[in-house]
Amino acid sequence: MEIDLTVQIGKLKLKNPILLASGTVGYGNEISQFIDLSKIGGIVTKSISLKPRKGNPPQRICETPSGMLNAIGLANVGLEAFIKEKIPFLKKLNTTIICNIAASSIEEYVECTKVLNEEESIAAFEINVSCPNVKEGGLEFGNNLDAVARITEKVKSVTNKTVIIKLSPNVSRISDFAKVVKENGGDAVSAINTLVGTSFNIWTRKPKIKNITGGLSGPAIKPIALAKVLEISRNVDIPIIGIGGIMNWKDAVEFMIVGASAVQLGTVNFINPFAALEILDGMKTYCEKMSISKISELTASYILDEH
Amino acid sequence: MVIEKARVISLSKISNNYYLIKVHSPLIAREIKPGQFCNIKVSDTDFPLLRRPFSICDVENDNLIFAFDIHGEGTKILASKKPDDILDILGPLGNGFNLEGSYELAIIIGGGIGIAPFPFLVKNLPNNVAVKCFIGGKTSEHLIKYNLKNIYTATDDGSEGFHGNVVDLFNNEIKNFLTKNFRIFACGPTQMLRSLQKIALEKNYDCQLSVECAMACGFGICQGCPIEKSNGDGYYLVCKDGPIFNADMIIV
Repeated sequence: MEIDLTVQIGKLKLKNPILLASGTVGYGNEISQFIDLSKIGGIVTKSISLKPRKGNPPQRICETPSGMLNAIGLANVGLEAFIKEKIPFLKKLNTTIICNIAASSIEEYVECTKVLNEEESIAAFEINVSCPNVKEGGLEFGNNLDAVARITEKVKSVTNKTVIIKLSPNVSRISDFAKVVKENGGDAVSAINTLVGTSFNIWTRKPKIKNITGGLSGPAIKPIALAKVLEISRNVDIPIIGIGGIMNWKDAVEFMIVGASAVQLGTVNFINPFAALEILDGMKTYCEKMSISKISELTASYILDEH
Repeated sequence: MVIEKARVISLSKISNNYYLIKVHSPLIAREIKPGQFCNIKVSDTDFPLLRRPFSICDVENDNLIFAFDIHGEGTKILASKKPDDILDILGPLGNGFNLEGSYELAIIIGGGIGIAPFPFLVKNLPNNVAVKCFIGGKTSEHLIKYNLKNIYTATDDGSEGFHGNVVDLFNNEIKNFLTKNFRIFACGPTQMLRSLQKIALEKNYDCQLSVECAMACGFGICQGCPIEKSNGDGYYLVCKDGPIFNADMIIV
């Protein structure tokens, strides 16, 4: 059976619903030594800011039960080097490039988008308003409805490409944020970014991460992420890219059922760089077994009560 | 860089808390160089979730040997492996030691489990290079001499060899060495590397340090393992730019 794997995120058509999450595949060069990225839906590049950022001092990561904390601090090469040094390589990958942008002011988001809009190889933007690990521009935007509204509107005014707003789970009602994104012209949301967490060494009484808190990711957060995606799906009519602890094809299918049009893989890339292709194969087999001819039919196919 | 499902051949305890595990991993065994490492998934469940990095200790034909101590949950599981169990190994990773050049003497300095990369290094030194090994540990039980030769020992409690730390021992002995044309290769606790680095920079010694850092992926995508550049220009990644750095490149 030939299964139609394509999915639609706003104006953006993906060849399949598997994306690699920002900050977990750099700019594609390392992971492309393991998998052919042209076979997946696309990659979301590491957050780019106007100027280079050197990131946080060590220790940046630690493992927690079924998860990990990270506080990388948006280490990145900056807009200029990204265009000069990274884009030529990204073009060769023959996959959809979604460029993630981080900023510490609304003007910076707009400036980055405006400049990168000229790059033909960038298919869409994911706006990071939810990094938990930087002082400015992270959660102070991500948990402020007005800020998310203004960022969405201003970014949309300088590009015709698909704009995805990456939402924070560290808010009381994530669907309110998705609503604001939609009202201000945003094409889609991705959910969720990491959850703020911490871990202490009981012998030294010091935090295991230099930044004190970090973003929790991995299978530990999957039930929360699913609940957030479902909440958005039930309250707002906007495409959702589901993220949070996907380790295998079953997890990916589960995200689509609760409302995601596509999914992003993050932490799993660190453990199994082949995961994206394995998950894609598993999803195809699932569709065959379930006689699903278009994978997009899975999106929001949840059944909440049986009569 | 490949992922290999490697069959465990043997696990042996070499002292109270130190183990050697030998696995059949032909693809990695053919490629790996001294000072490089592998990132090993010790279970096929989500616990522990991440791989664990281990320096290559030795290579015998198609087999890899890793030395480790029980440090946390991951190494506890590794120490429970039986022959024919399968380990999921990603490697070879990192840059490895630079063995090229015209030095006459290789000076090995290792603290505790920090000796791990040296048996394979000693095996791969150019033929005309002599070797002296300085090994330190808390007690005589913490000294690992596996496949090393010309050994000088130091223990914190004085139970074997020099009573004190291994860097002080090296600093005492170096005066007696006839050649000044040597290269130092060191691996061990941060404090040990720091004090060695200070001496190496003062005396302008040719010195390569193998550093460690918590990491997730081991090949550059998570950016979890920074180490500060000595020139003030941000960070290197231990996994990709290291784990071996010349003493003047980094702030330990």
